[in-house]
Amino acid sequence: MLDNAFVEAFNLIVSGSPELTEILWLSVQVSLTALFFSITLGLPIGTSLAITEFPGKRACVTILNSLMGLPPVVVGLLVYLLLSRSGPLGVLGLLYTPTAMVIAQVVLITPIIAALAYQVMDDLHREYRDLFQSLRIPLRKAVPTYLWDARYSLVTSVLAGFGRAISEVGAVIIVGGNIDHLTRVMTTAIALETSKGELAIALALGIILLTLALIVNAAVTTVRTLGLKNAYV
Amino acid sequence: MKLTRIIQYIGLATVLHVASNLAIAESILVQSTTSTKNSGLYDYILPKVKADTGVTVNVVAVGTGQAIKNAERCDGDVLLVHAKASEEKFVNEGYGAKRSDLMYNDFVIVGPAADPAGIGGSGDVSKSLSTIAAKQALFASRGDDSGTHKAELRLWKAAGTDPEASSGAWYRETGSGMGATLNAAVGMGAYAMTDRATWTKFGNKGDFKIQVEGDKRLFNQYGVILVNKDKCPSVKSEAGQQFIDWLLSTKGQKAIASYTVNGNQLFFPNAK
Amino acid sequence: MFKSDPMSNNSVQQSTAVPVPLIEVDKLNLKIGDNHLLRDISVTSYTPGVTMVMGPNGAGKSLLLRCLHGLFTPTSGSIRLLNKPHEATTAFQSMVFQKAVLLRRNVIKNLEFAAPNGTPTAEITELLAKVHLNGKELQPARLLSGGEQQRLALARSLLTKPRLLLLDEPTASLDPASVLIIERLISEATEQGVKCIFISHDLGQAKRLGADIIFLHQGRLAEHTDTETFFTSPQSREAKAYLNGEIVL
Repeated sequence: MLDNAFVEAFNLIVSGSPELTEILWLSVQVSLTALFFSITLGLPIGTSLAITEFPGKRACVTILNSLMGLPPVVVGLLVYLLLSRSGPLGVLGLLYTPTAMVIAQVVLITPIIAALAYQVMDDLHREYRDLFQSLRIPLRKAVPTYLWDARYSLVTSVLAGFGRAISEVGAVIIVGGNIDHLTRVMTTAIALETSKGELAIALALGIILLTLALIVNAAVTTVRTLGLKNAYV
Repeated sequence: MKLTRIIQYIGLATVLHVASNLAIAESILVQSTTSTKNSGLYDYILPKVKADTGVTVNVVAVGTGQAIKNAERCDGDVLLVHAKASEEKFVNEGYGAKRSDLMYNDFVIVGPAADPAGIGGSGDVSKSLSTIAAKQALFASRGDDSGTHKAELRLWKAAGTDPEASSGAWYRETGSGMGATLNAAVGMGAYAMTDRATWTKFGNKGDFKIQVEGDKRLFNQYGVILVNKDKCPSVKSEAGQQFIDWLLSTKGQKAIASYTVNGNQLFFPNAK
Repeated sequence: MFKSDPMSNNSVQQSTAVPVPLIEVDKLNLKIGDNHLLRDISVTSYTPGVTMVMGPNGAGKSLLLRCLHGLFTPTSGSIRLLNKPHEATTAFQSMVFQKAVLLRRNVIKNLEFAAPNGTPTAEITELLAKVHLNGKELQPARLLSGGEQQRLALARSLLTKPRLLLLDEPTASLDPASVLIIERLISEATEQGVKCIFISHDLGQAKRLGADIIFLHQGRLAEHTDTETFFTSPQSREAKAYLNGEIVL
């Protein structure tokens, strides 16, 4: 079965199948867009949480870490109920659109990025706390400084978020509906082919998805290594 | 992140969303079943629908139970499922304007070539099910409130057996769509009840064959309903009705009849 | 470059007017958990220039400095600096830590980060030259040698034009050239009126720079006197033992 799948995968890529391109492109679009918003939300949240002290901070950190384990299917369900025509945001008509998928993935991966950023920033804060207090740097200046200084460590958190987004199926299938030419992405296509018993094709799509993830990771890691040489230290 | 960049990206995202929404403008959403989707029927007829009416039909394929609930929540324009009693309830409760017969096919019971329950070739589904229960042969059920599941439960009842008492033992409820359940059945070597269309198109049959077929009680009727605009103001009634009219028209019915897989006709139109 | 302090720069005023207390610590206590780390420290210094804080390891020197800088809140007691209540003084203090904490960027950006708004580039370049780091503006700061990093840290502190400069063993384990540059800069700062409080283990350094010496032992004030007296005739048992080279328990 597995060698069938590899052959199938190769054929699919070489044939330049427009369906495959469409699905792949939508997967990347949805997950990258979700990643963008998640970074915009998650990085400052994680950083601010690490830098500030307030009563109940430990509880917040625990909750944030737990949210990393949000099951995608639960997120899908919650967003579905939110966007359903009979739900509070029904008037927006967002259900069964790529936008809904982006929203669901943002909900899913923002906690991951925030929690991992918190971890990185907590360590950095140990080092910078006294200095920043001594120089009386306000929070709004401290957060971007921390983010920039920790940029190479944060790369891993961002990659983790992307990986989670591109590989999940539970959320996007509920809010997207896996509609042909509209909301079908790699993972939902794999689910569909599996349910049609077309296991070789499903595996082939899986291999292609994995390859994509590999390429992304390799590219980012290269950037990271190059940067580290420049004295990030 | 610079503020201007954020605004630019939000703008882009909004434009993309609006653009994709515009593309959906002359489109309707059909809540339908996994059996019709997996059989490939939609891939066959929807391009014809588009060519004849200009309406783009988007199909969300979930179990019948879920499809009906989604439609009740106004998350669809048309309902196309195969559970007559539930469909009529849907109409009676005001969610649907009218129910029309669309097409039929039949259910079959598939099982491993070894046929542990010895029911191969039987034309009596009641007897076959009783035998399966008596011999405690593995049976994989949809278990998901779908049209197929409801039909299956009716048949167990008629056979005088309550399989759910043995749920987890020989009666395995997968709670999944038809394809997933068939995958599980083949993997476990369990019997399963499936619509013929899905089975014909299914790519992972292993050594399974159709063991029981032809019983009148295995009749499987599909119905189509327009969601009621009074209950759901967002429904695209005009386009939805266009789709339904096409399906029930001579042209549509002919198209359904002409869909074959491996030379087998999978659906038999019977609109009145 | 250094904010001139009318109080300490006018020698005529100093000799005839009432001396102004520059450091006033009254019954300072610091408890962390069950540990009573600073015990009832009361000391007043009127001496301008560099006040050295000395004592064996664990005496509480760093803790005292951090309390003065506002990084720790004392459990009890009061602090006045430059004749002002403590809350008013944090704005014009700066501190050089034992190990330089530099941002992960180049030398010039580290300075720009700390520079008050509107500091002209010329001023930054001038300061860089004073610590002999001119020519290294674009080097990654964390790749500099230990001595260079500490010089950069000192330059950063001076950029904020402090009136009070706290230094926690800034030259410990640095190369002699860096020590020289740093000590010269501190002397220059004190001439311009900046008050310095300097922790050191280096007796020679204390003799070179210190105007008066606060000697701590096990969280308590053991002795406070001017430098000359401290070295020639220390009063406390602990200071005597320390200067004798004994291990003071």
